[in-house]
Amino acid sequence: MNKSAAKNELLYFALRNRKLQIGLGIVLLFVVLAIFGPLLTRNDPFAYANPLGAQPPSPEYWFGTTFFGQDVFSQFVFGLRATFVVGLIGGGLGTLLGILVGFTSGYRGGWLDEILNIFTNIVLVIPTLAVLLIIAAYLKVRSIPIECLFIGLTSWPWTARAIRAQTFSLRTRDFVDTARMSGMKANKIIFTEIAPNMMSYLVMAFILQFGGAILTAATLDFIGLGPTNAISLGLMMQVAVLWGALQLGSWWWFIPPGLAITAIVGALYVMNVGLDEVFNPKLREM
Amino acid sequence: MRLYFGRKLFIYALTFFVAVTIDWMIPRFMPGNPILNVMARIGASINPIAAQAMYTYYQHVFGFDLPIWQQYLNFWSALIHGNLGISIYMFPTPVANVLKSAVPYDIFLLVPSILLSWYAGNKFGAYAARSKWLDNTISPLGYVLTATPYMWLGIILAWLFGIKLGWFPIAGAYSFNVAPSLSWPFILNLLHHWFLPFASLFLVGFGGQAIGMRNMIIYELEADYSHYLEALGAPKGLIRRYAFNNAVLPQITGLALSLGVVVAGALVTEVVFSYPGIGYLLLAAIQNQDYFLIQGCFLFIIIGVLLANFVIDIMYVIIDPRTRRGMMGEMA
Repeated sequence: MNKSAAKNELLYFALRNRKLQIGLGIVLLFVVLAIFGPLLTRNDPFAYANPLGAQPPSPEYWFGTTFFGQDVFSQFVFGLRATFVVGLIGGGLGTLLGILVGFTSGYRGGWLDEILNIFTNIVLVIPTLAVLLIIAAYLKVRSIPIECLFIGLTSWPWTARAIRAQTFSLRTRDFVDTARMSGMKANKIIFTEIAPNMMSYLVMAFILQFGGAILTAATLDFIGLGPTNAISLGLMMQVAVLWGALQLGSWWWFIPPGLAITAIVGALYVMNVGLDEVFNPKLREM
Repeated sequence: MRLYFGRKLFIYALTFFVAVTIDWMIPRFMPGNPILNVMARIGASINPIAAQAMYTYYQHVFGFDLPIWQQYLNFWSALIHGNLGISIYMFPTPVANVLKSAVPYDIFLLVPSILLSWYAGNKFGAYAARSKWLDNTISPLGYVLTATPYMWLGIILAWLFGIKLGWFPIAGAYSFNVAPSLSWPFILNLLHHWFLPFASLFLVGFGGQAIGMRNMIIYELEADYSHYLEALGAPKGLIRRYAFNNAVLPQITGLALSLGVVVAGALVTEVVFSYPGIGYLLLAAIQNQDYFLIQGCFLFIIIGVLLANFVIDIMYVIIDPRTRRGMMGEMA
């Protein structure tokens, strides 16, 4: 089978995979909302727009208003943007570091592998959030890019471990030996021989990192260590709980942010299973 | 076996060392001056002489007036003596005491929810792999639950069962009108307050475990040994049992890896329910810029996670005969 035929086959299964369709559909829906939502709102997410305070959804304020009279819909769509930025950059950085460490460790082996492995295990055992919160607590001004950076720097170990194991199993294959004998450099072998053979794996690792970064950011924001100069979905929930949205029954304030996170992360997970079925013929449902 | 545990203990000791170093390093090398933050919090209005005295005092408490290597050694020696500094938020209680009174609540919340969600998740995950009907109900539910942010599930449960229906209290570990004692009314009161935070931790964990088990079993049923048994005409129940036994092992490793996430989940769940564990303390510490308390929480979390990891390692050796044999033989 030539290369383009193989690609077409994957595409064929990808387009017909229900899990992939549903997952991708939900994620895209929220992406569109994050991109165009802010254009639909006139209110600044922080502006005290409604003098009446907490009001249920109405034609004027689609998602109602907060205790302070802020437009929940406006906060929600801007918060969605922050969520996708964190997923993309934080998750992307985590994946990239995981790939670098995993490939180096798995392909080189020896003492370098030993050291990287110990390092990976250490970072793996230390709870990410514990480190993040102690760093965040000492930073007076926090922004979303900083949050992404920290999440990326602490989330890579499990990806590194998985990729290391895969690389181990690939590096003794015949085609890699052939490449090595032909005098190819290690970097080139990794990126032209090994990486393409585990592309599906890398894509799936990125999706999981994406979802994980979103959940970590929400946790950080909720505990009061989120960005100090921007709005996010986790921050919305924090403010809602702190200002008694539960007791006041302002459900429109705390339901949308959590629901959106659940829907996006859940859709990413379902997408991942769908992709697994596409790439792994054994799992395809007949 | 000794080698296996020796290696594990080495990693954990190293992890602890790194964690303590991070704990020591961050306040010293982060931009901004923690002492000025503390002072700004206590009040900028005090007179300059008092401010100067205070600055020197904190300089001394943090040990910033010493050479850096001395600071580091002092940090360790204080730590070994159980001295984590004085809490500012609960002045003048030592941080170690503040944390000690919070830890039982964390254990009370985390241990049952981790164990039960692991057990129930594996059971239901295995069922899901068995029947189409169950797969179509448990799997989507599992994906939704495992994708739910802990605090949001907590918020929803508190709102539905605490406020709308009024079945459960949503704040504190027990009512103010009962005195802590070993009596039934108090224990019932404690359990009543405990249930909702426990339920939100349990549900999220359950989703993840069920999904993990379901996928592992599907992989195992596709493995050569399963097909071979099938070809021999072995009963389906037997094949499934083998698949289950093999799938449980990665699930134990998975449990160890997910501990950090569960602990983070417990922190935010405690915030939602004002449950007086470390998470709740941490929020107060952050809002009051109580750095010693934050550092102490960090250390307690690390120690807890390391201990739990070690327990899981021991479990693994008991359950998997191969690790035992392998460790004594070729695997060094």
